[in-house]
Amino acid sequence: MTAKKFWSWLAVAVAAVYFIVPLAATMEFSMRMRRGTYSFDAYRSVFSDQRFAETFSYSVVMALITIVVGALLIVPTAYWVRLRMPYLRPVVEFVTLLPLVVPAIVIVFGYLRLYNSSSVLPLTNSDTGTNILLVFGFMTMSLPYMYRAVDTAMRTIDVAVLTEAAESLGASWTTILFRCIFPNVLTGVLSGAFITFAIAVGEFTMPSLLNRPAFGPYLALIGANKAYEPPALAMIAFAMTWVSIILINITTRLQKGAAGAR
Amino acid sequence: MAATQPLLNRRMITDWLGIAPFAIFSVMFLIAPTVYLISGAFVDPNGNLTLKNLVDLFQPSILAAYIISIKVSAASAIGGAIIGFALAAAISLGGLPSWLRSAVLTFCGVASNFAGVPLAFAFLATLGRLGLVTILLRDVFGFNLYGAGFNLLSFLGLTLTYMYFQIPLMVLIITPALDGLKREWSEAASVLGATPWQYWRMVVIPILWPSVFGTLLLLFANAFGAVATAVALTGSSLNIVPIVLFAQIRGDVLHNPNLGYAVAFGMVVITGISNFIYIWLRMRAERWQK
Repeated sequence: MTAKKFWSWLAVAVAAVYFIVPLAATMEFSMRMRRGTYSFDAYRSVFSDQRFAETFSYSVVMALITIVVGALLIVPTAYWVRLRMPYLRPVVEFVTLLPLVVPAIVIVFGYLRLYNSSSVLPLTNSDTGTNILLVFGFMTMSLPYMYRAVDTAMRTIDVAVLTEAAESLGASWTTILFRCIFPNVLTGVLSGAFITFAIAVGEFTMPSLLNRPAFGPYLALIGANKAYEPPALAMIAFAMTWVSIILINITTRLQKGAAGAR
Repeated sequence: MAATQPLLNRRMITDWLGIAPFAIFSVMFLIAPTVYLISGAFVDPNGNLTLKNLVDLFQPSILAAYIISIKVSAASAIGGAIIGFALAAAISLGGLPSWLRSAVLTFCGVASNFAGVPLAFAFLATLGRLGLVTILLRDVFGFNLYGAGFNLLSFLGLTLTYMYFQIPLMVLIITPALDGLKREWSEAASVLGATPWQYWRMVVIPILWPSVFGTLLLLFANAFGAVATAVALTGSSLNIVPIVLFAQIRGDVLHNPNLGYAVAFGMVVITGISNFIYIWLRMRAERWQK
């Protein structure tokens, strides 16, 4: 028994060293900007850079649009498949898993070929068009996570009974969707939304190849040109990841609580 | 009969209308782009069917990129799987305090998502030429890491960096499988006189191997498709598949668009096969987690 405990502590300790040392080193490096003493100058420099605010808010707006459009597409689809077309479930699940099979860089490569200026639908011709393309790209990347989160939440409610009850009270389709189904799967939508947010805000490949002024390409640019700002940005990104994971944990706990109360 | 037929059709039409937005979205932004690239890999610039692009993948520079990509992905997946399994076993079966278990799981959730450009920055600050560990080793222990042949922009450096998100991913996926090992099984085994080693060999490993092997393949595909970390870490100095493809999309460095499609096709084949086997094994493994 004690031998087992010893090995377990040893495994955790070795892992802790591997995981904490890079964080400590990044923190230390980010504070070296002023000679001879530790300071937060690099952080000040990061936050005073106007492009930091610009690219970050651009990415946040894109992520929020992705979440809204994604939820409006995924929730009705998952609902409809469960209610009316259960025989399509394997097909839809297969499609939602495809983004795990096809890497993002390949998908965006396809976009650039299909929607370039000489194509039938030249989305990359204008900023708005490219932004739309980016939103759909983010939606594709988050599809496996969003669909699974919503579908899991829907498993705990009986969509057929809810729909019949609402229909017999005279509810229209929009009422059923937005006032019966959406509120019931809200925790699923929220946990999908946080994952989508985390993916979209930091994403490098898609916005970089689509030439959009997003946060990921900005990070790479700073990395190529500055010395002390990159580790500061890495620490900021780590803190942001931490916050979104805590939010995801809270929503999944709420979801489990709701399922347990039923 | 004649009266019900149109009614049935109308219902089918509404059924299909309900799924239409999703169908249009997935065809336009997921299936069509992929199919376009894959079919592009099988034609020459004039549109004739050919296998030449796939044969050209075996020219030395592209083949080398595939080999080093596969090596880095495999090494980081195997290393991540072994260390991740040890860590998951420690928190699941090791009798450690429960606060430590939830702390490790939360941290793994964060670290598995801490990828991309910031991860590259963190490792440059740690093991780069001016990184903290490099400097500490030099000043305190008198050991010159780079003099000893280490380079962060190499197979070993990239593998070490990728393990930062591979280990946590393994822990997150394999811990539920380890938790699914019922206490009755180990009790039944020991009542029947099995040694712990026999219990592991004849009960645990047969139950867990689909999960472990499946996750290994997922980790492999995960590393193979990682673009951002590689680009931010190495610029374009390391010749791996995602970087070759990235440069090709930026500006046709291969001087042959169809060869570019073939590189993308090769990538989809490799991540596709690993992920399909992973999903299949996962369905097998779920039988034991009911």
